[in-house]
Amino acid sequence: MTAHRASPAHRTASTASTASTGSAAFTAATARSGFHRRGSSRRRMVRRRAAKTADYVAMTLGGLLFAAPILYMIIGSLKPDGEVLGGLGGFVPRNLSLGNYTDVFRRFDSDATGHLTGFFATSLIVTTIVVVGGLIINSMAGYAFARMRWRGRDLTYAAVLALVVLPFEAIAVPLFYMLNDYRDTIGVQAVPFVANAFSIYLFTTFFRGLPKEIEEAARIDGAGPWRCYLRVVVPMSKPAFATVAILTFLTQWSSFLWPVLMVSDPSVRPLPLAISVFQGQPPFQWGDIMAFGVLMVAPVLVVFLAFQRWFVRSVAATGIKG
Amino acid sequence: MNAPAGLKTRTRPGPPLLARRSSTPRRRRLRSETGAAWTMATPALIGLIVFVAAPFVLAIWLSLHHVKLGSPRPPNFLELEQYRRILLDPQFAGQFRRALINNGVFAGVVVPVQTALALGLALILNRPLRAMPLFRTFVFMPVVFPMALVAVVWRLIYDRAPDGVLNDLLSVLTFGHLTAHDWLGDPATALPAIMLLSIWQGVGFQMVIILAGLQSIPAELYEAAQMDGAGRWQRFRVVTLPGLRNTLIFVVMVTTMLSFRLFDQVYILTQGGPGNSTTTAMYEAVSTTFDGGDVGRAAAMTVVLFVIVLALTILQRRVLREDRVIQ
Repeated sequence: MTAHRASPAHRTASTASTASTGSAAFTAATARSGFHRRGSSRRRMVRRRAAKTADYVAMTLGGLLFAAPILYMIIGSLKPDGEVLGGLGGFVPRNLSLGNYTDVFRRFDSDATGHLTGFFATSLIVTTIVVVGGLIINSMAGYAFARMRWRGRDLTYAAVLALVVLPFEAIAVPLFYMLNDYRDTIGVQAVPFVANAFSIYLFTTFFRGLPKEIEEAARIDGAGPWRCYLRVVVPMSKPAFATVAILTFLTQWSSFLWPVLMVSDPSVRPLPLAISVFQGQPPFQWGDIMAFGVLMVAPVLVVFLAFQRWFVRSVAATGIKG
Repeated sequence: MNAPAGLKTRTRPGPPLLARRSSTPRRRRLRSETGAAWTMATPALIGLIVFVAAPFVLAIWLSLHHVKLGSPRPPNFLELEQYRRILLDPQFAGQFRRALINNGVFAGVVVPVQTALALGLALILNRPLRAMPLFRTFVFMPVVFPMALVAVVWRLIYDRAPDGVLNDLLSVLTFGHLTAHDWLGDPATALPAIMLLSIWQGVGFQMVIILAGLQSIPAELYEAAQMDGAGRWQRFRVVTLPGLRNTLIFVVMVTTMLSFRLFDQVYILTQGGPGNSTTTAMYEAVSTTFDGGDVGRAAAMTVVLFVIVLALTILQRRVLREDRVIQ
């Protein structure tokens, strides 16, 4: 693994031929040996195959390492409570059943414990409000900053950029103090997070990069700013909307600090807080807890696997422009 | 901007009208746009003012006062007393300073380890192997897991019983020489344990950012370096690292800032313990808010946190700007 780590030569390899050109180690090796010591083609083949095998072994080991906790959770969710914690035996699929899943539903079926469906509903409603509302108002603001001329624009935009720096943690306590009368509501979990300085920034930079000509043509045809935004800019900006949607979704679905501060009523408890409460209450039925975990992450995983390319692109977008 | 306005006036009949109005359409356009623009920007701006800017001002105000939740007494002005207490007072400061040190240690270990690991993974993943997308999926998957769930799963892995996953794994690997260890219960291993799961969850995010950086390095640079006889390591040093400079600075800074915001894992796994060995600035702020409702002091803690994050951001901007000047 370490032998190949420092080898960016694959880019040359990949541009040179579209066929799978093997590992970078191979390319580097040929480069080093030069013309006079090229060696037989058979030796090269062996070397190439060895390097490729090493790559795959490293990848499999690494992949397993990353997948292990997830695998452990899934297998554990299907096992009797007493057998989840069986050391490495926890990975051995034995005595599998869906009992834990029915148990979780049964365990959360009163107003005192909260309902499992209620946790899902809370998380889903809160996240939907933040994502959809955020897409609408932040993209509108982004358009105003990127494309329109108005008094006070640059100053306002500078102020918005300054807010990007402010982490939520720095304002959590005063926000808690401010909104203490609205504890235990859906609204207090969602509304403060709809407007988002970073989303505005992402939209603004994206809109600025769009070609102006189409918009200008629309304006000549008499379209006002609202029409330009809705009919021209929004349809051209699917990547920006997808990026902001995914990033907002990931943050909001995992949101934990704010519910810890704001939510004590089980009827409006979001999923992350719910699993945190669940795992802290004896008796510890690990099978049930793992089943809860699987249920909680399954919808996200499905969406992730379906739109993986978009997820990756969104995350990459946070970095390049930073 | 000017072109459509000009076109419009030109279609109007009659030269006197054109002469009189030559500058007004643009101004009127600006005025009408100002209205529409404010309408479009206002919802977001109101949200930001009410839920971000105002709380921040309130944080500073609270931190200068004695404010207790549910206390009938009005807040009284304390000047910088709260800051003195959390940072200098021998009676109270120990715990918060310990929290900041823990944040610093967390950053000091996680930032280099996670960045190096992310870089290594990105380099491996940047190769044209057939199974690569699958591998990338595995590395990236933890990113979509809520930290609360990650903490719960790792609580089982770190279980102190001999049949905890980590204990059993180490026992098998050392042929039974290592006996069961209480990873989260021992002050020496609790913070490292939290570091490990944080790296597991966070490295995929960084890896993707670095991978994007790698792919933006022009292939010609590598070809040129290879022509000049640069070996693998040299190409990495001369082409890859400089090409990734800004990306790496960004990744390092973001991870450092995240280290200072650490909360979820600590709250779920250790509640700051054992013996303050895993407490963090944010954990202290939350527990100060709840135990005793001392909102003023908690606000002072978050303001200190903000100052640290701000300093790091300014540092990042400086470093990046200098780079632009050199280029």
